[in-house]
Amino acid sequence: MKRTRAPGSASRSDCNTRMETGFDFIRDMEMNHQEQKDYFGAKLGMWLFLFTELLLFGGLFLLYAVYLKRYPHEFATAGRQLDWILGATNTVILLTSSLSAAMAVTAAQRGETRRVVALIGGTILCAAGFMVIKYFEWSAKIGHGIYPGSEQLKNGPPGESVFFSLYYMTTGIHGLHVVIGALLLAWIALKARSGAVNASDYILLENGALYWHLVDLIWIFIFPLYYLVL
Amino acid sequence: MDRHEQHHIIGYRKLTGIWLVLLILTALTVAITRVELGGYKVIAALTIACAKAGLVIVFFMHMKYEGRLLRWLLFLALVTLAIFIGLTFFDVLYR
Repeated sequence: MKRTRAPGSASRSDCNTRMETGFDFIRDMEMNHQEQKDYFGAKLGMWLFLFTELLLFGGLFLLYAVYLKRYPHEFATAGRQLDWILGATNTVILLTSSLSAAMAVTAAQRGETRRVVALIGGTILCAAGFMVIKYFEWSAKIGHGIYPGSEQLKNGPPGESVFFSLYYMTTGIHGLHVVIGALLLAWIALKARSGAVNASDYILLENGALYWHLVDLIWIFIFPLYYLVL
Repeated sequence: MDRHEQHHIIGYRKLTGIWLVLLILTALTVAITRVELGGYKVIAALTIACAKAGLVIVFFMHMKYEGRLLRWLLFLALVTLAIFIGLTFFDVLYR
């Protein structure tokens, strides 16, 4: 990344200088062999991956919208069975976790290693809290006989069964993303503690944080659609 | 494409400010949807959700400080999403 060459040196026709730049070039290659990273390429790759995630969840939201139009009353009855207070709590938890992840990137850029680890720890703690609440939500529903393929849903109106199938599918895939994101961030925190993620090389943390923000982004839409508007 | 030097650092205070706005918008969504507004409820809730998503993308995900390529790609992804949602509804609504 560091250029030892002066900006104008390449245009100088002096033979000596040309030799020097030649050696510079070789030295650059040797030096960068270890540390050269395509920073922009790494970030571009992450964003392209996030776009595919966006389209994945977009498809699920599209299914929701089409079935909401077909079964407005069944969706309303089913949706009101979800606890919006738990949903709101999880929204606050995820927003806070995102703040913590964004702050961790800032801390890494400033070279505050201990703070990076603490902030990622905060994000992971929030992720754990989110999953615990999710667990209680799901187990309460399952305890009431509401799960895909349950007798109660089979014998009930078809719209309600569609609603809960979509609910389990969407929050399930989202929950999986929460778990993967938390594991990813835990690994990055270890890297940060050992100094592998630092002020001059933090793309790993930045990409991990981007993934985490996507998880938050999806929940921002799940919360009103499933818990509030019905 | 070495843009390492140009990286913008967003301060803790600014990030906390964004988080506060996100919390206020969440409270607003809950408040609005507790009132009986009929179909407008969905539109209002989704508008606020889009605003929140925008804040997360622009500040938390640093999109404000990214180059033209990433911005256009994001735009392209959102347009693609809009097209497939739009065309599906064109089919569903006028069948």
